[in-house]
Amino acid sequence: MSLHLQQVRLPLLAFTLEIDATFDFPIVGIFGPSGAGKTSLLELIAGLRWPAAGLVKLDDTILSDASTRRHLPPRVRRIGYVPQDLALFPHLTVRANLEYGHRRPNEEREPFTFPHVIAVMEIESLLERNVTKLSGGEQQRVAFARAILSAPRLLLLDEPMSSLDSRLKQRLVPFLLRIRDEFHIPLIYVTHDAGEITCLCEEVLLMKDGKITGRGLPSELLA
Amino acid sequence: MSDEAWQVVGFTLKTSALSTLLILPFGIAIAWFLARLDWPGKTAVETLVMLPLFVPPVATGLVLLMIFGRHGALGAILHRSFGLEIVFTWRAVVLAGAVMSFPLLVRSAQNGFEGVNRRLEDIARTLGSSEWRVFRTITLPLARRGIVAGAVLAFARAMGEFGATVIVAGMIPRRTTTIALAIYQDVQLGHDSAAWPLLAVSVAIVFAAVYCGQTIARRDRQR
Repeated sequence: MSLHLQQVRLPLLAFTLEIDATFDFPIVGIFGPSGAGKTSLLELIAGLRWPAAGLVKLDDTILSDASTRRHLPPRVRRIGYVPQDLALFPHLTVRANLEYGHRRPNEEREPFTFPHVIAVMEIESLLERNVTKLSGGEQQRVAFARAILSAPRLLLLDEPMSSLDSRLKQRLVPFLLRIRDEFHIPLIYVTHDAGEITCLCEEVLLMKDGKITGRGLPSELLA
Repeated sequence: MSDEAWQVVGFTLKTSALSTLLILPFGIAIAWFLARLDWPGKTAVETLVMLPLFVPPVATGLVLLMIFGRHGALGAILHRSFGLEIVFTWRAVVLAGAVMSFPLLVRSAQNGFEGVNRRLEDIARTLGSSEWRVFRTITLPLARRGIVAGAVLAFARAMGEFGATVIVAGMIPRRTTTIALAIYQDVQLGHDSAAWPLLAVSVAIVFAAVYCGQTIARRDRQR
């Protein structure tokens, strides 16, 4: 699977996001300082913003085409998005959060069954709890599980571990690797922490002021 | 308290409840439009909605009389098409209460909608939800405290409505007499002793309603 952004432009307050790149998966990291336009790029891919110019394509599916003003709405894109603040629905239990976007698999052997996902994310004991009463690490795993259960073709993670201390980050890394290995979901992982990119991503793109300034192996670019 | 006084209390409770139910769907819709969309003329609509709070109630009653009277723009149509009489009937009491309490409902519901985190709605869309489902399952439940508080305040306002009601519904015993009108009539006729129990019941009901409204609104602010 590959994601193509062809001469995409999106004016932001401080600068214009200008991206011309192809993302090949399984896990691509986007690394850059705060305010580089990383979140805006993810929102554009998820369909929460529309580009002023350019084309966004996931394999052969056109997600956004500014020239014809055709933009697929987020609900039909099947692109999971876990934002920095996780955005768990505070009025719902963990179970209701998970079931909210649950796309029932066609066959039971497919990986996105409810019991399988909650077992992999180790959240079976949390199902009846209120999401606001969970610890940071638990909330993180629930947010991942909710996104996985919607059976996305691509999953966008926006600094998902930024609010956690280093000990909790270490404990969450295996869960992120399980998303790749158990569910085979391609990931775009955005962060400004070089350590997270190095241990998770095969490829990294560097971003600054809305532009990609470099790409390559994390060990080479972030050493 | 006399049977007639209890009848007045019951009538006032019923018409106030009907007023509140009548404005609830319109109030929620307008509050959402004001909270979420920008369009030319929004400020004018916002001001128009708030007008009944500041225009003398008798003036509002006069306008309602002109519109809903048998020869009024709407009153003539309702009479011709459905045989409905509005003015000087219980319907006029409901109408006056609805118009006078509408701004309180809209303002409170608008605050409720403005307090909903838009990020949650975005994530619901990426999980496959239509706009209607997002509104029904995310926006409305999270704005519910503002809406409930507004409805309670609207009910209390309708309970105490006098100026517009006396113009558009008159003071017809057992047909259009509310607590406020009955108290006025008793005092005018020098029957102060008959007015005191009505006043006590009226204060107790309105105190309880406003207290509930304020408590709900405070909980909403602290959420």
